[in-house]
Amino acid sequence: MIFSFDLLINAVISGVLIGGFYAAVTSGVSLSFGILDIVNIAHPAFIILGSYVAYIVNISLGLDPILTAIVMMPAFFVLGAGIYQIYYVSFEKRGQESLRGLAFFFGLLFITEVTLVLYFGVDYRYVEAPYIGPTWHFGTIGLPLRILVPCVVSLLLIAVLQLILTRTFIGRAIMAVAQDQLALRLMAVDPIRIKRIAFGISIATAALAGAFLIIIQPVEPSVGREYIGRVFAICVLGGMGSLPGTVIAAMLIGIIESLTATFYGPSWAPAVSFGFLLLTLAVRPAGLLGR
Amino acid sequence: MRTPIFFLICLVVAAVVFAAAAATGNDYVYFAGYVVLQYVVLSTAWNILGGYCGYVNFGTAAFFALGAYSTVAIYKFYPMPIPVLLVAGGAVSGIVGFAMGYLTLRLRGAFFAIATLALAVVLETLVVNWDYVGGSRGAYILRPQEVPLIGDYIKYLFLIMLLLAVAAITTARLIEHSRLGYGFATIRDDEVAAEASGVPTLRLKLIATTISGALMGMAGAPFPYYIGYLQPSSTFGLDYAVNSIAMPLIGGTTSWVGPLIGAILLGSLQQIATVTISSAVNLLIVGFLLVAFVIVAPNGIIGLVHTYLQRKPDDFVGRRRVETDAPGSLP
Repeated sequence: MIFSFDLLINAVISGVLIGGFYAAVTSGVSLSFGILDIVNIAHPAFIILGSYVAYIVNISLGLDPILTAIVMMPAFFVLGAGIYQIYYVSFEKRGQESLRGLAFFFGLLFITEVTLVLYFGVDYRYVEAPYIGPTWHFGTIGLPLRILVPCVVSLLLIAVLQLILTRTFIGRAIMAVAQDQLALRLMAVDPIRIKRIAFGISIATAALAGAFLIIIQPVEPSVGREYIGRVFAICVLGGMGSLPGTVIAAMLIGIIESLTATFYGPSWAPAVSFGFLLLTLAVRPAGLLGR
Repeated sequence: MRTPIFFLICLVVAAVVFAAAAATGNDYVYFAGYVVLQYVVLSTAWNILGGYCGYVNFGTAAFFALGAYSTVAIYKFYPMPIPVLLVAGGAVSGIVGFAMGYLTLRLRGAFFAIATLALAVVLETLVVNWDYVGGSRGAYILRPQEVPLIGDYIKYLFLIMLLLAVAAITTARLIEHSRLGYGFATIRDDEVAAEASGVPTLRLKLIATTISGALMGMAGAPFPYYIGYLQPSSTFGLDYAVNSIAMPLIGGTTSWVGPLIGAILLGSLQQIATVTISSAVNLLIVGFLLVAFVIVAPNGIIGLVHTYLQRKPDDFVGRRRVETDAPGSLP
């Protein structure tokens, strides 16, 4: 009985830690899908791209993956802004974003993934950093640093994002775009510019999330597919566009997955988040903290 | 054109295709042709929901795999002839399509798309954990060598897929020209307005998901016999999803011709690329074509042809006017 209690505590704690990482992965989608209504189904592919950037720099220069990601964020921002521009000109302007916009991102997902496969093959890649390996022990509780560090940095990232969204002019303009584009136009703000910036930020978070991913587990190009459903599950569950909701939902999903993996076997874990998503969509589409 | 006549024409075309395949005398034609025809069925099925109603289904692989796995389940119990399996696979996928529609079709647009993606993963997890159909290790199907009257088994599978493609295309065309099709179009154009004008949108969408799911399941039912060894990760692969979306969008989504053209074009291209280059490049081509077409030619090949046909007389008139207005031609 004692043993299974320890198991339970450990499962919950590792769920919380993984949940912190999931929050970072989802924050980008919360911005693009939750606030801008852009269904960026290719977001996990950009995360994998971030993982590979961290991997290349780590292998060739020996730089810390998280540091690399922070340095790379502006580049990802530009990439995101560029993609939004294409998306806007080709779909939003013509009013065809629903069907063709989705197909566009789906195509992007495949192009990124297959390009990575062609360059790097399907071998699993991993990075080296001092905090990968050691585990802090508190009695029977183990805190693997490999997951703890990404979790902490990820929560920092979300705090910064939340501050940007609520305290700065740009952030408030982004929230305003979600509510009423026309009103924003009347205030002499260009909604397209604001959306471009917001989408850029959303892709920039993928750089960091990618670094976390490759710290936590070895990465190969198609790993991103597992995250498509998980990310949208968390985003919808948390309430579209609410960052605090995203964190809560991410930890919830993390804990549930971890409990399932511990007590029923890892092969059942993927079904949990998706099952949760289906349930949420059917019962409460507004999510936990819906706007 | 009346549907029976159209159906007969399709059958004649199918007979010509079969005769042509037999005339090449190369068995590989059947193997490659089967895959192309399978995509004709899948993309036509996808288009019934995606093109006519405007609801994007990312879960093609799930319905396809359901069909394939119901075959495996039946095979483990007692091997049955393929037409029976087709009906069984179609029924299972149709029921799941109905259930999924009932759960998620109250959601609009993107949510539906994400829910279908989720469904695919849930079903994959169920199959991976279901030992009876082989679980993650996969399942072997022993196919008979010969079939009476037709000969080689692959010939028989090819013929079945050909007939299924004819059935799918006829169904799609029938829907397009019926009350049902017009109802679907109202949903695609403006669901709120349709609902307000008394169109029973939920019921229509349920019909669409059921038909679309059933056809996808039927396309999957003979697959275990074709491939011989069925494994969850490849059967549930996103390749089916991206292909069945790319093909109608590249061909054109508004009519039954689009998915047909797209599937034949893209399907053959992929078969050639697989043989000559590699199967990874395959998906890259599909991805690029999909992105290029949705940006440059949003109405697909059909749209391109349509604008070309409409523009041609204008250009002609314009050119002639320039000629007559030219200074040299003045008297």
